[in-house]
Amino acid sequence: MIKRIVLYIGDPANAKTLRRLGYLALAVVFVADFLVHRAHAEYIWDKIPGFGAFYGFVSCVLIIVVSKFIGHQCGIMQDEDYYDD
Amino acid sequence: MIDWLHPSIYYIFGALLIPFLRGRVQRAYLMLIPVLGVATVLSMSPGSFWHYKFLGVTMTFGAVDKLSIVFAYVFTIMSFIGIVYALHVDDSGQHVSAFLYVGGSLGVTFAGDYFTLFVFWELMAFASVYLVFARRQKASIKAGYRYILVHMFGGVCLLGGIILHYLGTKSITVGPVAHDGSLAFYLMLTGVILNAAVPPLHAWLTDAYPEGTVTGSVFMSAFTTKTAVYVLVRVFPGTELLVWLGTIMALYGVVYAVLENDSRRLLAYHIISQVGYMVAGVGIGTELSLNGSVSHAFAHILYKGLLFMGAGAVIHMTGRSKLTELGGLYKTMPITLVLYMVGGFAISAFPLFSGFVSKSMVVAGASHDHWPVVALLLTMASAGTFLHTGLKLPYYMFFGKDSGIEAKEPPLNMLIAMGMAAFLCIGIGVLPGPLYDLLPYPVHFAPYTGEHVTNSLGILLFTGLGFFMLLRKLDPEPTISIDTDWVYRKGSRVFMWLARKPIAEGDTYVGDLYNTFFSKYTLSISNFFARVVDLRGIDGIVNGVAGFFISLAGTIRVSATGLVRNYAVTMLVGGVAIVSYYLLTFLMRL
Repeated sequence: MIKRIVLYIGDPANAKTLRRLGYLALAVVFVADFLVHRAHAEYIWDKIPGFGAFYGFVSCVLIIVVSKFIGHQCGIMQDEDYYDD
Repeated sequence: MIDWLHPSIYYIFGALLIPFLRGRVQRAYLMLIPVLGVATVLSMSPGSFWHYKFLGVTMTFGAVDKLSIVFAYVFTIMSFIGIVYALHVDDSGQHVSAFLYVGGSLGVTFAGDYFTLFVFWELMAFASVYLVFARRQKASIKAGYRYILVHMFGGVCLLGGIILHYLGTKSITVGPVAHDGSLAFYLMLTGVILNAAVPPLHAWLTDAYPEGTVTGSVFMSAFTTKTAVYVLVRVFPGTELLVWLGTIMALYGVVYAVLENDSRRLLAYHIISQVGYMVAGVGIGTELSLNGSVSHAFAHILYKGLLFMGAGAVIHMTGRSKLTELGGLYKTMPITLVLYMVGGFAISAFPLFSGFVSKSMVVAGASHDHWPVVALLLTMASAGTFLHTGLKLPYYMFFGKDSGIEAKEPPLNMLIAMGMAAFLCIGIGVLPGPLYDLLPYPVHFAPYTGEHVTNSLGILLFTGLGFFMLLRKLDPEPTISIDTDWVYRKGSRVFMWLARKPIAEGDTYVGDLYNTFFSKYTLSISNFFARVVDLRGIDGIVNGVAGFFISLAGTIRVSATGLVRNYAVTMLVGGVAIVSYYLLTFLMRL
């Protein structure tokens, strides 16, 4: 059972279906955030519906871009034999 | 009846028998030890046991309270999972060192005084290093030596702090220390946060863990940093510095994980990131945040163990650890993939997985105690966690381009161990009650509210969207990343160059100066002394003394004939003379 699901996900032929399912999940979660009752809002961003989605996306992009910038421009990433000699 | 039994007894003394057992008997025995460990912790109740007087201080081996019990639970449970994962390994040395390592962790957990704590602390470092050496590769041996040297430095800091603390307070009881900014406080803190892998003292972890054996690194991922977290909760709650260090840690690990190509090193950077939450929770120091740190440590040990087991299984079956050399394994290792993903969802704090009920406590602790920026940054780090551990690593390992490697599922014992860890990751996530009951403070926290679930899912799924949009940017690159271990790996060369060049040349220069000015004058002065003072004065005196003794000896020689009867007569005369003297004085007094 598990194997069949994994093989289905891995098969490139099903990529389109999976992508649609993904978009559906994004939409459902985004809409659901507008519908829930907010009892514990402490800060301004706790009151904005959809903030989680926005913040998650921005965080992801920031982390990738900033890390790669630091890695490439600040000399963090080096050849694998850097420490050998 | 024994009122309390230290679980380390099984691990430390039990380990000594392992090399004498073989085959099935050994495997059964290996599983028996952690079972006894878990049973001992189950039967424990708070109290203080096993006190011994040593060198004028009282050592306490059994300081038991809710905090030590919850850590003892997860340590013993993880030791069982870890040893099941390692059952196929035919290297008794690894099993022995793993159990000594666990015994050290439990010893620290129940230590009631700092000296006991320190002894077990060092046992952990020395036992665990063998798990790196045991891989028997050049890189592992080197990394192992760096590992042990850094830990010795940390141990010395801790010991120095303990001694100063003892001199200052006359107390060695383990407990919250005063935040007085004294040298003792900072030395102890340095020693502990080094083991918690707080940057810049963290590089030993990402250096050594990926070089350990497949099974050894599973143990390492669980014990050293979390034992340090235990000590932080016990000794340093509410240390504000830790809030910021923890937040930096959480993001630091995420940044390096983007750049990392080695699967286990990527996971190691996420240990740093996750321990960052715990360190920040300790720093905030409220009951909610301390509960959060403890529960997160509990959940973290299980899911991180699971992730290391998953990555280890791939290394075990393919012999490769670099993401650039892996890919397409989903066809041949689907069960490993699914079990790994359970760990990935747990660390990413998906609802119904363990991270969701523990990590959110720390973030809520930051929010409630008015650390909004910290709460936001920690949330950002959790997006990064899903990005790497839940998306990047499995994508490039199991999907992505097909590497064409013919792999199989790992041995059954590995899969069973991963299954147990996965079961607990889901179990804690679905039913957090039993874990919450174990926490040191009463829990008034409900993780499953509508807003929390939708908010978390929003963060995670839209992180996923970002991942697939920027997929090409994330392709792993065959590089290594410079970290603070540079200081002692390359920096040592700077030191050696300094020693060889300026210092050696300076030494020669000073030597020349010495020759030119000092030696020359001292030589001429000593010449004068030799000719005048020595010859006339000292020699004259010595000769005179010698002449006196020669003449004295000539006089004595006359009496010292060597004939026994002469000596006997002399003794007799002397004896009579002494007796008559006492007799005479006695008679005079009458």
